[in-house]
Amino acid sequence: MLNKMIPELNPEKIETSRRGFLLGASAVAGGLMVGLRPAPVSAAAGKAAEAANPLTGYIHISPDNSVTILSSQFDMGQGPYHGLATLVVEELGADWAQIDVKGAAGNTKLYGNIMWGGAVQGTGGSTSMATSFDRYRQAGATAREMLIAAAADTWGVEASQITVSSGKLSDSAGNTASFGDMAAKAASMPLPENVKLKDAAEWTQIGNEQLRRFDSAAKANGTHDFTIDVKLDGMLTAVVAHPPKFGAKVKSFDATEAMKVRGVTDVVEIPRGVAVVGEHMWAAIKGREALTIKWDEAEAETRGSAEIMADYKSKAGDKQQATARTEGDTEAALASAAKVIEATYEFPYLAHAAMEPLNAVARKNADGTLEVWGGHQIPDVYQGISAKIAGVKPEQVTMHVLKTGGGFGRRAVGDGDVVAEAVSVAKAIDYRAPVKVQWTREDDMRGGRYRPAYVHSFKAGLDKDNKLVAWHNHIVGQSIVSGTPFAGLIKDGVDKTSVEGASNIPYGIANINVGLTTTDVKVPVLWWRAVGSTHTAYAVESFLDEVIAEIGADPYAYRMELLKDHPRHAAVLKLAADKAGWSTPAPEGRFRGLAVHESFSSVVAHIAEVSMENGSPVVHKVTVAVDCGTAINPDTIKAQMEGGTGFGLGSILAEELTLVNGEVEQGNYDSYTPLRIDAMPHVEVHIVPSTNKPTGVGEPGVPSIGPAVANAIAAAGGRRIRVLPMSKSMGT
Amino acid sequence: MAFNLNVNGEQKTFDVDEDMPLLWVIRDVAGLTGTKFGCGLAQCGACTVHVDGVPTRSCQMQVSDAEGTTITTIEGVSGKVAETVQKVWADLDVPQCGYCQSGQVMAAVALLSETPKPTDEDINDALSGNLCRCATYQRIRAGIHEAAKRLEA
Repeated sequence: MLNKMIPELNPEKIETSRRGFLLGASAVAGGLMVGLRPAPVSAAAGKAAEAANPLTGYIHISPDNSVTILSSQFDMGQGPYHGLATLVVEELGADWAQIDVKGAAGNTKLYGNIMWGGAVQGTGGSTSMATSFDRYRQAGATAREMLIAAAADTWGVEASQITVSSGKLSDSAGNTASFGDMAAKAASMPLPENVKLKDAAEWTQIGNEQLRRFDSAAKANGTHDFTIDVKLDGMLTAVVAHPPKFGAKVKSFDATEAMKVRGVTDVVEIPRGVAVVGEHMWAAIKGREALTIKWDEAEAETRGSAEIMADYKSKAGDKQQATARTEGDTEAALASAAKVIEATYEFPYLAHAAMEPLNAVARKNADGTLEVWGGHQIPDVYQGISAKIAGVKPEQVTMHVLKTGGGFGRRAVGDGDVVAEAVSVAKAIDYRAPVKVQWTREDDMRGGRYRPAYVHSFKAGLDKDNKLVAWHNHIVGQSIVSGTPFAGLIKDGVDKTSVEGASNIPYGIANINVGLTTTDVKVPVLWWRAVGSTHTAYAVESFLDEVIAEIGADPYAYRMELLKDHPRHAAVLKLAADKAGWSTPAPEGRFRGLAVHESFSSVVAHIAEVSMENGSPVVHKVTVAVDCGTAINPDTIKAQMEGGTGFGLGSILAEELTLVNGEVEQGNYDSYTPLRIDAMPHVEVHIVPSTNKPTGVGEPGVPSIGPAVANAIAAAGGRRIRVLPMSKSMGT
Repeated sequence: MAFNLNVNGEQKTFDVDEDMPLLWVIRDVAGLTGTKFGCGLAQCGACTVHVDGVPTRSCQMQVSDAEGTTITTIEGVSGKVAETVQKVWADLDVPQCGYCQSGQVMAAVALLSETPKPTDEDINDALSGNLCRCATYQRIRAGIHEAAKRLEA
C-alpha cells in the first residue's frame, strides 16, 4: 500500500539503503548472529551494543542449536514469517524443527522496508517477500558459510569438503556437528565476502508445494499467543470510552459510579477519551458502562453516510479537481463518439473488522525505558509516538512486534491510535503497573479508520465501428494519507491510493482521462486490504463489461484484444479462462463472469460461476490465476488467493458501514456481516510459473472477485450492480 | 462470590461477580488464553468451549450458570477426534492468522463427535456461527472432511 511512496519520509535513510547493505556477524548470547556490519570506527561500541540487545540481526544461531529468524515483517496471518523462514532455511540448510521466527524492531537500517527505500520499517503493499528475498537469503548463506568455516577449522579440512544438510555439518571422514556445536566458533570466523546464493534449479524449499507453515500446529491447539494474551506481572486492563462522533472531545466526566464497580482501579482522561482501568477486562467493561461523559461536539462530523454519498454523487458530475492520468483528448473523443455509455458506481465505508480487536500493552521500567507490545505494523512510527507521549527518547522504547489476529491494514495508523492509548493510560496512572488497552468489538467497529466511501462516474465512447475509443473515469472520495505523516505522498492533488487500479488500467484505449476529486470529511479513513483497488477494480472491470456488452463482444476475447500490449495481464487472464473452461458452456443454471486486475505488482484474474436464487447470487466456484513472480511458498499463495477471494466476496455481498448524524450504526458482527462458511465458494488457484522477483500476494487476491461476480450476475440476465453492497439492491 | 467450576478436569474456585461471562473467567482469572475474545455477543464463535460436551459461546454464559457443568477449553480438549482435527489443521495449513481457530477446532471436534461423516450442509449448520475474517473456510471444510476420513480408517 505504501509501495514506492514512503521514501519521501526520510531521504537520509534512503541514501543509506541505496548504498546496499553489507552483512556483518557477531557473537551474541554465545552463538552466531548475522546482521548488518557495524561501521569500522565504532566496531567495539557496536559489538557491545549488539551483545546487550539480541535483536540486532536477521538470524541468530544458538549453542542450543535453535535458529531464530528476526523478522522485519509483521505477520497478521498472511504468512511472512513462514516466507522469511523459507528463504533462510533454503540458504542456511537448516532443519525446520530448529526454526523459530520472532518479530524484530528498533533498527531501521536492518529492518527498513527496501521497497519503501528502506526509510521505515513496516509491512504493507504486499511487499514482505520483495523486501526480504535478497536480504534474508544472503543472511542465510552468510551464516552457512561461517558455520562451514568453523567446522573446517575444527576438523582440519577444506571448507569445500563440508556439506550442510538438514541442520547438520559433515565431511567425508565422518565428522559431524550440529549448527549449535559450531555456533560460538562460527561467530569468530572471518566474514565471507560475495557469498554465492543458490541457483533456482538447486532450490528445495523455495517453490516447494509440499511445504507447510511451521506455525500452524500452535494455531490449532491454542498455544499461539497474540497481543490479547500478553501477561505481565501486575498488569491492568483498560477500555477506553471514545467520543460517539468523530472529532468530538471530552467536555467532562463523572467516574463516581464507575469506581464503585468491583475490580475497577482507575478512571483517567487521555487525549483520545476516558479510560477505565481494572484488574481484568470484565471490570473495565462494566466500569465503562457506569461512566457518565459529556462530549464537546463543536468540531465533530455530524453528517450521515447518506448525505455524504449524495454530496459525492453531485461532485462526480462536476468538474474533477485533479487529473491522475490523461492520454489523447478524451473530451473531444467523447464529443465525436457515435455512442456514449455512462454509469455511476457507489462504494460504502468498510470496516477491517479483524477478529482480534485492537489492543496494545505498555510498561515503563524502573530504568526509565518503555516497552510496548502489539501488532505493530509500522513499529518505527509507533516507537516515535510512544516516546513522545512518555517523554523519553525513541531509543529508550522497545517495540515488541507480536503476531496478530488479522489486520488487513488496520494496524498501520499514522497516529498510532491504540498504541498511543496504551502508553497514555500507563502514563495517566503514573506507570505504576503495565497496562493492556483492549478494544471491544464495538470499539473496533466504531473507532474509525475505514475504507473510504467512493463514487466513480464513467463515460465511455464508441466510434462508428463500435470500437472503444474514449474512457473517462472521475473518482470522488476521501484521501487516506491527507493529514497523516504520509501526506507527502499526494502529488499534484492526487493521492495515489485513491486512484490506483483506475489510473493505471492496462487497456489499449486511445483516449483516457482519470480524474480525482478529494473530499473533506471527518470520518477517519485508512488502507483496507488492497486499498484503492478495493473499489477501482470493481468499478473499472464492471463498467468495462457494460461497454463490452454494448459492443456485443465476448468479455474475454475483447479484453484480450485490449491487452495486446500487456502480455503479463493477458497471460494471467488466459490461464484463468483456460482453467475455468471459458470457451465451454457453464453448467445448467450457472453463469460466468470474469475480471483481471493488477495490484501491488501482481496480476490476478478471477472467474466466478454464479447462479441466481431468489434474486440473490450464489457463488459456486471461483477460478483464480495469479502472477506474483517467483512463487516462494505456493501453498501460502494459494491460501492468500482463497482467503482474499472470500474477504473480497464478503465485502461486495453484504459489508457496509453507515453513519447517521455522524455516528456509526453498526457495532458488531450481527450488523456488519463478513462472509461466513455457508457462502464460501470453492476456489481453485493457478499460479503462473515465473522466474521474476517475487511480488505481493496478501492483497492482490481481493480486488477482482467482486467484479467477476457482478459480471456473472449481469450474464445471468440480472441487473448491473452499481451500488454496493449487493445485499442493498438484491434479494427477496 | 465464589464459584466452583470444573475446567479441563480440574475443580477450581473463582471469586468473581456472578454476571462475569465464563469467557473472562477462563481468560483473565484462570489464565487460559487459548479461548479468544472476538465479539462478546455470540456472533463470531472465537470463544467457543465445550460445556458438558456441547459447543458453547463462553462470552454469553455467566459464571453462575456454569457451576456444576464440565467445561473443556482448547487447552483441555483431547481424545482421538481432537487429535485428528488438530493434526489435519496443520497438515492442510488451515489457519492463517489463527485467531478464530481455537473456536473453529472446538466446533469441528463437537460436530465430528456427534456426526462422524458430516455433509457440507452439516458443516454449514455447525460452523456458520464461527467467523473467520481471513476466510479460511475452504480449508476448514476440507479439514473436517479429511478428519472424518482419517477417523473412519
